[in-house]
Amino acid sequence: MAGDFSRQLDLGGTSSKSIFQKLHLDGKLLGLLLLLSLGGLFILYSASGQNMAMVYRQAVYLGLGFTLMLIIAQFHPRWFLIAAPWMYGVGVIALLLVILVGVGAKGAQRWLSVFGVFRFQPSEIMKLVVPMTMAWFLASRLMPPKLNVIAISMVIIFVPTLLVMKQPDLGTSLLIAASGLFVLLLGGLSARWIVIALVTILAIAPVMWYGVMHDYQKQRVLTFLDPESDPLGSGWNIIQSKTAIGSGGLEGKGWMQGTQSQLEFLPERHTDFIIAVFAEEHGLIGVFLLLCLYLAIVVRGLFMAARARDSFSRLLGGALVVTFFIYVFVNIGMVSGILPVVGVPLPLISYGGTSIVTLMAAFGVIMSVYSHRQM
Amino acid sequence: MSFALKDDRSEKDIFAHRAILASVFVLFLMLVLAGRMYYLQVIKHDVYATKSDNNRVQLQSVAPIRGLIFDRNGVLLAENLPSHSLTVVIERVKDLDHTLALIDTLVGLTDDEKESFTKRVNQWRRPYEAIPIKYKLSETAIAKLMVNNPFLKGVQVEAELIRHYPQGADFAHVLGYVGQINEREKKRLDPSRYKATRRIGKIGVERYYEDLLHGQPGYQKVETNAQGRVLKVLERQSPLPGRNLILNIDSVLQKKAYDAFNGRRGSLVAMDPKTGGILAMVSSPSFDPNLFVNGISHNKYNSLRDSLDKPLFDRATRGQYPPGSTMKPFIGLGFLESGVTDWAERIDDPGWYMLENDERVYRDWKRTGHGHEIGLRQAIIQSCDTFFYEMSFRTGIDFLNPFLQKFGFGKNTSLDVGNALPALLPTREWKKANRGRSWYAGDTLNLALGQGYMLATPLQLATAMNVFAAKGKWHRAKLVQFIDGEPLLEETKPDDIIIKNPDDWGRMGLAMEGVIKHYLGTARALGRDLNYRLAAKTGTAQVVGIKQNEEYDSEALKERQRDHALFVSYAPVEDPTIAVAVVVENGESAGKTAGPIAKKVIDEFLNNASVDASLGGRYGW
Repeated sequence: MAGDFSRQLDLGGTSSKSIFQKLHLDGKLLGLLLLLSLGGLFILYSASGQNMAMVYRQAVYLGLGFTLMLIIAQFHPRWFLIAAPWMYGVGVIALLLVILVGVGAKGAQRWLSVFGVFRFQPSEIMKLVVPMTMAWFLASRLMPPKLNVIAISMVIIFVPTLLVMKQPDLGTSLLIAASGLFVLLLGGLSARWIVIALVTILAIAPVMWYGVMHDYQKQRVLTFLDPESDPLGSGWNIIQSKTAIGSGGLEGKGWMQGTQSQLEFLPERHTDFIIAVFAEEHGLIGVFLLLCLYLAIVVRGLFMAARARDSFSRLLGGALVVTFFIYVFVNIGMVSGILPVVGVPLPLISYGGTSIVTLMAAFGVIMSVYSHRQM
Repeated sequence: MSFALKDDRSEKDIFAHRAILASVFVLFLMLVLAGRMYYLQVIKHDVYATKSDNNRVQLQSVAPIRGLIFDRNGVLLAENLPSHSLTVVIERVKDLDHTLALIDTLVGLTDDEKESFTKRVNQWRRPYEAIPIKYKLSETAIAKLMVNNPFLKGVQVEAELIRHYPQGADFAHVLGYVGQINEREKKRLDPSRYKATRRIGKIGVERYYEDLLHGQPGYQKVETNAQGRVLKVLERQSPLPGRNLILNIDSVLQKKAYDAFNGRRGSLVAMDPKTGGILAMVSSPSFDPNLFVNGISHNKYNSLRDSLDKPLFDRATRGQYPPGSTMKPFIGLGFLESGVTDWAERIDDPGWYMLENDERVYRDWKRTGHGHEIGLRQAIIQSCDTFFYEMSFRTGIDFLNPFLQKFGFGKNTSLDVGNALPALLPTREWKKANRGRSWYAGDTLNLALGQGYMLATPLQLATAMNVFAAKGKWHRAKLVQFIDGEPLLEETKPDDIIIKNPDDWGRMGLAMEGVIKHYLGTARALGRDLNYRLAAKTGTAQVVGIKQNEEYDSEALKERQRDHALFVSYAPVEDPTIAVAVVVENGESAGKTAGPIAKKVIDEFLNNASVDASLGGRYGW
């Protein structure tokens, strides 16, 4: 206590706050994020087949994302605490509306058209709102959480999860569930419960398979287990991406020299499968550097969350960081063939505005909980 | 605030503890990813590098350029013109009807094009094969298609060389044509040679010389994208173009001959007695061979096939006619050779002839007879049938048949005329086998007039006349003169005809000159304005085959019952350079129909063309 107090005094006494402190930003995390985003633009330039227009649009998305991060960072964490349950309520209603009146694409309804002016995906926002609500709920309870708390948490987590799964969007629903569960884990959920949860998942799996999952979702799992069984159909993606990655070797074929990606053998090469382009063109060395960059962001993020001022902030920040990492892991895992193909973009590198904006909003929250710690 | 009740310190510790656990968890998963990448990119690198190369690099066959065909003077008869065609890959088209409608509004599709496209779509084909829908696109059409490219997925404009026959119908039966390779041909062809080739010679020279004209395909290693579109050529072995052919045919002569028929049904074959080279070979009426190159429409094909004039039928090589009196010079030589008569013998011709033990009266074409003093010379000039009845009876089939075989009757002696029929020179054995009866003396009498069972093609008549003009020296009929500058080799040929008294060649020739010059000659009308010496023999052949119960009321059919007119000739008599055989179906009078056609061609050849025009004759190269 004393140490903290004196340090706060020291800091408070420092007449000249750094520019980052004034902007409620963390210089190190900001630097890492900028490095990742700018590098991502170069990767996208190659992956899109030198489509400069696409790179411009991605740059605009990134600009919007960083601006949103800056704005959110200015909010004191208590605003998130106050807003969390309301946002949760609105989010769940929006998800219900999606199922009832949503706009479809590729056989799934994920979009909600607002006055016909713009469309948004409520499920994306729930990736932020669910951990926020969980943090709100747990922050006022005793740690580690008791059974009844765990039970209510499950309801909070799985209502939106199931709604998103119904759209159907398996990838996003699992990520929403994960982001909520991470709050529980970081909040000190005992090992006993974790084991119980794993057993339950194994038990539920057959029910999911026969009851809930759509055929195309089952197909993805089957293809994941044996991609060669359907080499020209659904196995094509994973065979081609593994070929791209493997043919890259240690040093890669060079920027814009990847034959798998430049000759369009690789599907969705500028979105979900962009890591295959990167791995083909920059080899194992490039992949290691990229993984280190992601690791640095995650470690710095966890450090920042641990330094936050209260349980709510810590749980929220920590859960968002771990969720961010899960995106990275699931994406690279699926492209390299150790996880089934679920539609998860590679954070800040895959082309697409929605994912960037959501992620940068999350980093805004992390910036906020860290920069508002000394009150 | 409820926080106050809680132990913030311990919660912070719990979180720190969990954050460290989370970091370990994150690190572990990172190592899993790194390990996976190491596995793919280092351990399995070779496997995937090979896969990646197999993906992008393909070996493609490159079609050779088909050899050109020239006439003896270097006039182009078959060439390859660059052409842009519109093709559709069905597998890439989302809505075929919509796409076709769009193409129709852009460049217009005829019913024929739509129909043959539908036919090809429903035929057997390779998946992702580009199916042609429209040929010979104009610049404007190409521009329109390019502008609308985004709406025409799976539609491509392809440049290719397309066979073209600038002389059109004149050469249709000689050259034949190339056409799309069909399923049956595909099975027969060597796939390594024909992988990239779309068309193959179907008939005529194009078919007979397919092997030489086709050339050797090359190959190229290409980099393709996932859609199979070629992006880059990595390695290329150029194809060897097919051999160029120079024909013996003189295109001016050919055209003159075809025009001389003026649409009448018939055929003309002109040959060079010194070489056997075919100077002109015409079957009339004809058709435009260019129609077949890109696939002919049903309607057009049906109208050609069903036409009463049978324009698709090559009369020159496959038309089998009773040769009639045009056989007389050959048979007359046979009489002399067998020794049953000589030039001095004279007989009476009352206009008919009868065999012993046979009630049938064999009539002369001239009912009143040709008079008392008929010898072989007058029998040729006036075409006296009675003389030939008598002499053939004396000679007999057992001598005549082998003698006529020496002139090539009853077999195909041509060197490179594909499809030529052997027609029929009847023997005792043939009659026994096919008619179930013995050979009668009357059959020999009919044969002596080129009738009865005997059949010959215009090509056979011309060949026989050619050998005759060369005084028994054999040259097989040949269309091609040079293959890429090398003369066509004649490795085997029938034995030259040696007769006991070689002067008989010349005396028979003089008798045939009498056909033109003598006041009783059957073709004396041709004798006017001749500035060279012409030897000829006329013939008529009765049209058989219309059965009793068949309807033949119409004028057109009645016209088709008239006799065929035949004419064989050579010139100049003293040193023959051209031999010509002509058949005019239902022409009735050989002297008035077939003769003038032959004369036009010989006039043209002797008066305008260089006489021994080999390569470089008319056009001096």
